[in-house]
Amino acid sequence: MTKFLITTALALSFALPAVAASVPEGTKLADKQEYNFWLLDAIKSTDPAKNTDVEGSDILRQLFEGLYNEDDKGAMVPGVATDYTLSDDKLTYTFKLRPEAKWSNGDPVTANDFVYAWRRVADPATASEYAWFIELMNIENATAVVKGEKKPEELGVKALDDHTLEVKLSTPTPYLIKTLAHASTFPVNQKVVEAEGDAWTQPGKLVGNGAYVLTGHNLGVDITLEKNDNYWDAANTIITKAKGITVNDINIGLTRYQSGELDRVDIPAGQYPRLKESNPEEAITTPLACSYAYIFNVSDKGPEALKDVRVRKALSLAVNRDVIVDKVLQGGQKPAWTWTHWAIEGFEAPENADEAKTQEQRLEEAKALLAEAGYGPDNPLNLTIQYNTSEDHKKLAVAVQQFWKQLGVNVTLNNVEWKVHTDRLQNQDFEVARYAWCGDFNEASTFLDWFRTDGYNSGKWSNAEYDKLMADAKTAEDTKPIYKRAEEILAAEAPAAFVYHYANADMIRKDVKGLPLDNVMNDWYLKDMYRVAE
Amino acid sequence: MFGFILRRFAVAIPTLLLLIVASFLLMHMAPGGPFTQERALPPQVLANINAKYGLDQPVLVQLWNYLSGVVFRFDFGPSFEYPDRTVNQVIAAGFPVTLTYGMISFVVAVLVGCALGTAAAIRHNTWLDYLAVGISIGAQVLPNFVMAPILVLVFTLILGWLPGGGWSWSDPAFWIMPVIALSTSYMASIARITRASMLEVLSSNHIRTARAKGLPESKVILRHALKPALLPVISYLGPAFVSMITGSVVIDMYFSTGGIGKAFVDSALNRDYAVMMGVTILIGALTILFSLVVDILYAWIDPKIRY
Repeated sequence: MTKFLITTALALSFALPAVAASVPEGTKLADKQEYNFWLLDAIKSTDPAKNTDVEGSDILRQLFEGLYNEDDKGAMVPGVATDYTLSDDKLTYTFKLRPEAKWSNGDPVTANDFVYAWRRVADPATASEYAWFIELMNIENATAVVKGEKKPEELGVKALDDHTLEVKLSTPTPYLIKTLAHASTFPVNQKVVEAEGDAWTQPGKLVGNGAYVLTGHNLGVDITLEKNDNYWDAANTIITKAKGITVNDINIGLTRYQSGELDRVDIPAGQYPRLKESNPEEAITTPLACSYAYIFNVSDKGPEALKDVRVRKALSLAVNRDVIVDKVLQGGQKPAWTWTHWAIEGFEAPENADEAKTQEQRLEEAKALLAEAGYGPDNPLNLTIQYNTSEDHKKLAVAVQQFWKQLGVNVTLNNVEWKVHTDRLQNQDFEVARYAWCGDFNEASTFLDWFRTDGYNSGKWSNAEYDKLMADAKTAEDTKPIYKRAEEILAAEAPAAFVYHYANADMIRKDVKGLPLDNVMNDWYLKDMYRVAE
Repeated sequence: MFGFILRRFAVAIPTLLLLIVASFLLMHMAPGGPFTQERALPPQVLANINAKYGLDQPVLVQLWNYLSGVVFRFDFGPSFEYPDRTVNQVIAAGFPVTLTYGMISFVVAVLVGCALGTAAAIRHNTWLDYLAVGISIGAQVLPNFVMAPILVLVFTLILGWLPGGGWSWSDPAFWIMPVIALSTSYMASIARITRASMLEVLSSNHIRTARAKGLPESKVILRHALKPALLPVISYLGPAFVSMITGSVVIDMYFSTGGIGKAFVDSALNRDYAVMMGVTILIGALTILFSLVVDILYAWIDPKIRY
């Protein structure tokens, strides 16, 4: 895997010296290269160490550039780094940085900027919510630094010279390169951050190394990005100006797309078929790296019945995924029989006998399993499904209530607001809970680690073989069979009923090109985009 | 009068303090905290954040720190949701927007509402009355979360006259739809109250006397009827004004104005204690202030009322 990555990285660095907007020959570009995109909410922070949400990352990806970027398929391509070498013990990465990379104020981007930025994320004084990301990368001393036991200077990251960055890991981490396009790993300009304090993220003050600069930000209204002429690949950057416009209501967002104010919006649930019919070239679905599930609480605080694998299996089988995907959601989602999203790069799902059955067969089997476990008409099973406030979650919960009723299970629905839901999940105060997980990077372990005994694992399911597999995966040459086996265990043990794999349903103007429609992470780069003349 | 105002202020301060303490404690009793998330933060990360925001201290200590910050330094602390900003900055970004469309809505609602109500009362049981009552009932039953999307549909998508949302200080076109959506139901209430009160006043003795003296109808209405008829309207306007200028989450949501109404609701849902407290105090202080203004206006309109 790692070798493969090195070769890919090297190959790419030679094959594609400039991976900015690659416009096919003969394309006529539009005169006006501007792009207005939709934001659901206010951008909370434009500081890479403080941002916590997806829309914030979308903005940061334009303002800053990490060691690597993603291409339109989600593969890693050189950003500030041009290539790297990995030591034989797989613990030391040495990155070569692009000497021509500059900050928007003209300063050169150096290895020190990365060192400073990564220390800053881990530093307790910054109190970054994403300090865990540095831990996830397994950088040497990360946890000790976050805990305050070691100084930030002891973090395993060092500038060997201006354009050589050395990263030392505490354990081999096959997915390391995949973490390097994440906003938390973007460099920041030490001089500017120290001079301006918290105000450094304001338009006019923010200095980034990305293809765009921040020229306006009205909290909760809009955010404006303009082309950065100091960006090393500015010559190949086509979009000159972009505006993120906040529309808090998804239906109004669609109206404003139709009125021409926005070039891309999400399609509200259930409206995709209609729009696909009326605007086939604009209504597009793309896979999105999140999975939806009903988690069973198997801890001591959970109901006795759910500790029985037969009951869990029966409940999982009875969920009619096809109805949920085809009748309720209708937006390109796929039925889930694995926890890992189907479109994750390099993931191969195991054969699953249940998947091949018809729903009638599954239901028969589920009834038999439940009867075997001692539940039936004279001893009905009563369960509560907890979900957080949202029309869509409610629709699904009602559907599942009906599915389980076919088994003779009485389901009570319990709707709570988001923070209460989360709090109860983390304290095992639930029986069955709606849950979704979105991958942090494009590799299966970002999903599978969730079910480790020490993972987030709200239902507290635990399996020694599973834990060992996931531990082995960290150093394995070939992780595919390991992840396959892990999914088999999940399928057999049913710690949760996996329901569907997410998809994005979007309206996108047909002259907008260069969006990464095949990248399951949906990470888009303005620098790769352009508008064609119609 | 002066003594009355002083006394009212003396009561206002403990009221506000009580409000702060009660909201602070209630807020901390709600399950989950500002950093409760889907992916639970590792304990060491959470500990750093809690230390930074002082959330690791006992609630009473936090309360004291908060109170002393507010009272002595007018410092409402840093926002948890917007880590680059202080609460003062969050409020300074959203409140002027809300204040602007709220005040315009207020003026519109009062002028149109009073005119409609008065006209209806004067032409009691004529087509004008029925029309005015019809409009105000229609406006009352049409909630703004229904009206807002309809407005966007009509004025932005179909007619293309107005921007579908957002906010601009230089272009009042952005203000029109929020004002219509916000003022309508208030206008309807004001019209109904004015009409009822005007009808009552018009049948009272002093109006009969005025008419008997042979005063022209316009003078009877404007000089003798309007002022007493407005008393019940004014008691409605005090709280209405405060709720209009402190924003409506619906208006902010549908028109994405960036106003304080949405920030307030978000802060409660996100457990952004600091912003939530800041806005609560703002709304509390304004409510106290404007109920005082209403009382003063009362005395001015009705000479029988003395404090």
